Amino acid sequence: MSLTVDDVKKIAHLARLGIAQQDFDNYTKDLSGVLDLMTQMGNLDTVNVKPMAHPLDQMQRLREDAVTETDQRLLFQSIAPQTEAGLYLVPKVID
Amino acid sequence: MHNKTLTELAAGLRSKQFSSVELTQAFLQRINQYQALNAFVTVSADVALQQAQLADNLLAAGNVGPLTGIPVAQKDIFCTQGIKTSCGSKMLDNFIAPYDATVVSKFNQAGAVLLGKLNMDEFAMGSSNETSYYGAVLNPWDTDCVPGGSSGGSAAAVAARLAPAVTGTDTGGSIRQPAALCGITGLKPTYGRVSRYGMIAYASSLDQGGPMTRNAEDAAILLQIMAGFDPKDSTSVDTPVPDYSAGLNDSLHGLKIGLPKEFFSADLDSSMAATIQAAIAEFQQLGAELVEVSMPTLNLAIPAYYVIASAECSSNLSRYDGVRFGYRCQNPQDLTDLYTRSRGEAFGAEVKRRILMGTYALSAGYYDAYYLKAQQVRRLISEDFKRALSEVDVLMGPVTPGTAFKIGEKTGDPIQMYLSDIYTIAINLAGLPAMSVPAGFIEGKPVGLQVIGDYFSEPRLLNIAHRFQKVTDYHLQVPNGFD
Repeated sequence: MSLTVDDVKKIAHLARLGIAQQDFDNYTKDLSGVLDLMTQMGNLDTVNVKPMAHPLDQMQRLREDAVTETDQRLLFQSIAPQTEAGLYLVPKVID
Repeated sequence: MHNKTLTELAAGLRSKQFSSVELTQAFLQRINQYQALNAFVTVSADVALQQAQLADNLLAAGNVGPLTGIPVAQKDIFCTQGIKTSCGSKMLDNFIAPYDATVVSKFNQAGAVLLGKLNMDEFAMGSSNETSYYGAVLNPWDTDCVPGGSSGGSAAAVAARLAPAVTGTDTGGSIRQPAALCGITGLKPTYGRVSRYGMIAYASSLDQGGPMTRNAEDAAILLQIMAGFDPKDSTSVDTPVPDYSAGLNDSLHGLKIGLPKEFFSADLDSSMAATIQAAIAEFQQLGAELVEVSMPTLNLAIPAYYVIASAECSSNLSRYDGVRFGYRCQNPQDLTDLYTRSRGEAFGAEVKRRILMGTYALSAGYYDAYYLKAQQVRRLISEDFKRALSEVDVLMGPVTPGTAFKIGEKTGDPIQMYLSDIYTIAINLAGLPAMSVPAGFIEGKPVGLQVIGDYFSEPRLLNIAHRFQKVTDYHLQVPNGFD
């Protein structure tokens, strides 16, 4: 299965991933190759096979609805690129 | 001092042959001397010496834990409060974790001294340590060669005696493959055995931390520290932790070893096949019997793995958005530009490739054909293992198709690199424990024997490796120039 440069541009946009213009050809070639590898699975009959998400088929554990963490906003924001008055700053979204 | 095992180091500290500060200084000196290997991203000398001083006080007071005063190093994927945790990426080059990973807390509680953080493939995506933002790590056995990956810095550090014991993580072979290529002992535990809390996520249903040491005896000591239920990890398994050292010397008489015929096909390099078969013959001498088994779905492990791992990676790595922590691009025009450029400028080529693959596999219209299909194949692979392990006690085979390859040899062809994981990734899909045990040399470069067991059979695997190491000396060999 082959992807086009436009396909890869669309995927990169979905992933919000900047790719330099000159690199698209290479990514397109690499991804097409990997997809060929993945298509091998198509030959195996998996009708009625239950998908496996956890190796031990363990269910998600629930915990008591109780407070276990304290507020650590200052600590967590100390490593943020830009904050002000306890808020994370990003470029203006609405004019 | 640097050639001693953990047991010998603990005895030396307790009998005051040397202090923890002296021991720590000796390893820091070696790390400095062999900087060219590039095994460390961060050397935490100040923290280490403080911890060592504290350990010496505890030792003097007779108040000791299993690792009190013993220097170790952590793969740079485990968060360490106050010390940079880069995960081998430019994205986290400025990241000082606000908390410790559970594994790191456990080492601290055991009294260990932290020498530093070990180099690795970026976000653990790679099989050669060449995708690290901090550059390739050199293999101490041949410095033109890779140490394997993604725990390449970990394996090189143990092989070069820069740390007596370290941690690694294994998503598709990242403990076992570098352990094999560097001639050390590596154990990937059962999925859920070691907490993933504070271990930076790559593919959450596959990732598992484990010990990388010089021998099985030390691996048992380290796993004892690392293993255990953790309420902070939602996939941690609540099963009692056995004594990993208790059965190390148990007899192997009557042990049934399964040899998957798919592991020994005509494609396997003849010198690799001969080395592995010679190692397996040692087990016959120890009273084990060999049984051929078959696992027909094994050949689909690579495609299934790269779909599942990429899909989970694209989802996990969406947290790196340039807003809350990590790298942010200069002068973003708007929010989309902030996300796109921050991620584009800070992720390396292999990480981008996997995010793109995973995004594609999860996108509308393709989910069933790729992700769901891969999870079904995963079930079939897991059933293959269950069937085989109902007939035998353990499975054995190679860890890698060949020995350490040259730096740069496979970087141009990602698919070739993926195919080198052929013997390791099926085990992660099934969630089973497996070890790499030094089993010989080909043209001076180490070979690893893989031992795969049933869920939670770590004590048996360690026992098998230990008995093998009592009758062989591959694990005692030191690379030239590092003794």
